[in-house]
Amino acid sequence: MVREAALTAASRPRVTSQTSNMLRFLLVKLAQLVPTFIGVTIVAFAFIRLLPGDPILLMAGERGISAARYAELQAQFGFDRPLVVQYWDFLKGLLQGDLGDSLVTHSPVTGEFFSRFPATLELSLFALAFAVIIGLPAGVLAATRRGKLLDHTVVGVSLTGYSMPIFWWGLLLIMFFSGTLGWTPVSGRISFMYFIDSVTGFMTIDTLLAGNWDAFLSALHHLVLPSIVLGTIPLAVIARQTRSSMLEVLGEDYVRTARAKGLSNFRVIMVHTLRNALISVVTVIGLQVGLLLAGAILTETIFSWPGIGKWMIDAISRRDYPSVQGGLVLIAFIVMIVNLLVDVAYGVINPRIRH
Amino acid sequence: MKKTLLAASVAAAVMATTPVMAKTLVYCSEGSPEGFDPSLYTAGTTFDASSKTVYNRIVQFTPGTTEVEPALAESWEVSDDGLEVTFHLRDDVKFQTTDYFTPSRGLTADDVIWTFERQMDENNEYYKLANGGFEYFNAMSMGELIESIEKVDDHTVTFHLTRPEAPFIANLAMDFASIHSKEYEEQLIEQGNPEQANQRPIGTGPFQFVDYREDAAIRYQANPDYFRGQQPIDNLVFAITSDAQVRYQKLRAGECHVMPFPNPSDVDAMKSADDIQVLEEPGLNVAYFAYNTQQPPFDQVEVRKALNMAVNKEAIIDAVFQGAGEVAKNPIPPTMWGYNDDIEDDPYDPEQAQQMLEDAGVEDLEMDLWAMPVQRPYMPNARRTAELMQSDLAKVGVTANIVTYEWGEYLERSKNEDRDGAVILGWTGDNGDPDNFLGVLLGCDGVGGANRSQWCYEPFDELIQKAKTLDDQAERAALYEQAQVIFKEQAPWNTIAHSTVFMPLRQDVTGYTVDPLGGHSFEGVDIEE
Repeated sequence: MVREAALTAASRPRVTSQTSNMLRFLLVKLAQLVPTFIGVTIVAFAFIRLLPGDPILLMAGERGISAARYAELQAQFGFDRPLVVQYWDFLKGLLQGDLGDSLVTHSPVTGEFFSRFPATLELSLFALAFAVIIGLPAGVLAATRRGKLLDHTVVGVSLTGYSMPIFWWGLLLIMFFSGTLGWTPVSGRISFMYFIDSVTGFMTIDTLLAGNWDAFLSALHHLVLPSIVLGTIPLAVIARQTRSSMLEVLGEDYVRTARAKGLSNFRVIMVHTLRNALISVVTVIGLQVGLLLAGAILTETIFSWPGIGKWMIDAISRRDYPSVQGGLVLIAFIVMIVNLLVDVAYGVINPRIRH
Repeated sequence: MKKTLLAASVAAAVMATTPVMAKTLVYCSEGSPEGFDPSLYTAGTTFDASSKTVYNRIVQFTPGTTEVEPALAESWEVSDDGLEVTFHLRDDVKFQTTDYFTPSRGLTADDVIWTFERQMDENNEYYKLANGGFEYFNAMSMGELIESIEKVDDHTVTFHLTRPEAPFIANLAMDFASIHSKEYEEQLIEQGNPEQANQRPIGTGPFQFVDYREDAAIRYQANPDYFRGQQPIDNLVFAITSDAQVRYQKLRAGECHVMPFPNPSDVDAMKSADDIQVLEEPGLNVAYFAYNTQQPPFDQVEVRKALNMAVNKEAIIDAVFQGAGEVAKNPIPPTMWGYNDDIEDDPYDPEQAQQMLEDAGVEDLEMDLWAMPVQRPYMPNARRTAELMQSDLAKVGVTANIVTYEWGEYLERSKNEDRDGAVILGWTGDNGDPDNFLGVLLGCDGVGGANRSQWCYEPFDELIQKAKTLDDQAERAALYEQAQVIFKEQAPWNTIAHSTVFMPLRQDVTGYTVDPLGGHSFEGVDIEE
């Protein structure tokens, strides 16, 4: 009893020190986000203004606009004020959660962004699932058959996948699977037959909530090609990372020991090697989020997917300043938060990082 | 007898229980609408989704032409001095009944007055809401033109104008003049939600709005109370598909029935496909090459003529338009009334062109050749056109330096009166009236603005100013034909091309008419069973 109490007392400070370590780690990471975030707002604000092109003149087109009306619109949008003042207003609004109104639709940018974000997130999650489900086993198989035909195939295919131009790849798949074979729908999120009320914004979930099984299948069917296209590059990255990380672990002494102990090959690979190799793979998977959001811009354009990628492209081409700067900041913010979560997860998995 | 009765009642029962399949037409539109209030916008994509489906105007363009015909107004008359235009409205027009609005009355003069008041009366709530941002209404100078609008009785309305202006009636057929329901919009103002008019529109048109999923699809259903009778299709869906290649694949796969703006390179394949038909029509547009007639040596007619003769326009049609266009000889397109077909184009003759330049004392000419940075309905690839022109001009000893700017910048800079060289640009007609080309693009008022050749030539300007004030279309047409003769003699532009509009449809779609003004309307369109 006495011994037990002593043990508990001894372990208490250790737990506290672990928690405070974790807390300090988290606070440092959060503090690091602040300058990054300010940098992002400056880049987002400057980026669209550095592009040549005046939103008002673009709106007017060949028909033109009178000097008086031009000045009026400049004043209305606040473009006649010094850039520093415009930036300050943008920052002030941002802190209050107000990113201004779109110049084109006159609706609040935040609303426009978040009404489309679930579509992008849904596509990204399916793409990531596709990348992990195929990429992980491919990497493991390649590592266990190092130097064999399968290894060369995985390395070669993943290199091709990594360098694939998304636009070309998307059109190629559409032409073959939708055009020639007719297996998949060409584009869109769901068949025009179904108009499902948006509850979560995730078509797969909303169709289930509506109890419409056919609509759910249609939503899944529409996800196939875009997920493959968007997931191709992450798949290549994950397969390569898994392979190299597996090879590294396979060379460790304890793996040799495990084999010497007569454990089955399957057990050595799945339990002793893969679990340790996964640490770096998980980080890489987390880092794909930024890549997925960037890839979504092209994928959504090809597949007429109503997400933020397509919305951003439209906003940039119309020089819709509030939408572009607001959209960029929100995307950057999301990527930063995900990266933070990955850092934290990594810290939890691998305590050495925290120190 | 009994047997027959029994059979009839069984058949009736079966018919009653078998659901009738609703006919749905899917249109793969090229982009998202900016909103559903056509008075606020200038883009064709927005008009297709709003004014062409949900709304009507007092007058309209006869489908497939640029002629104006009655719509919500049965007839109209113009006073002798041209300052009063009185419209007699139909008395059988109802506004749409939807789950968000039930009209208590049909269309009256109040709705017509409201439609224009909201775009010109600073005290109107909608004017305040949009901050006067009715860009098309403003661009057509409607605010300056309309002095007042008077309600004569419930179905008669008179526009009092500040000056006689013949194109005024055609202006009323344009999308910004779509008639809104005063009752609906006043209700919205009362509810403190006037913005809803731009999200859930109410009009008198053939289709009523059901739902819009941002960037994905818009759904309409046939308006059962439509004054011309119910549409043959039950539902209309706009499936928003921004990539032309993807639209084509959707059409092939039967995922849509109609698609606009195909890639010119796909048209041949479409024409040879069994289940696709391709309609084509010359577009109401012109692509031109405008010299700055105020700057030497382009101030000399002979130089401009010589440069016109140096350019092989047929080669541009083949290489850039890939056959989807025709060489332009006049500044207005051939589908427009008043087009002078007797005019002969400047022949392609580099040798004579070189001789004419020498005679004019022009040697080693170096000039800027402005190429637009964007694709437009009248010009698929300005850069490629500029390169072809550059090599043609080199053959007559002219060095052309291709310059380009970002689109907004290009439009602005090309307006400058002291700008060097010549500009590739074009125009798509707004209202089918020749004045919309000749007056806007070549009139003296446009110098330093839309008149990119900075050309102010009295004999020409007198003709177009006079034509604008006449009411009789035949008289006006005669004046415009004369004006085109002067244009050709003076050559402020090299007229390059009129592009062709292609509309690929599934083979089973009937009743579709290509709109020369570039819109897409589904009134009267059917799908064969």
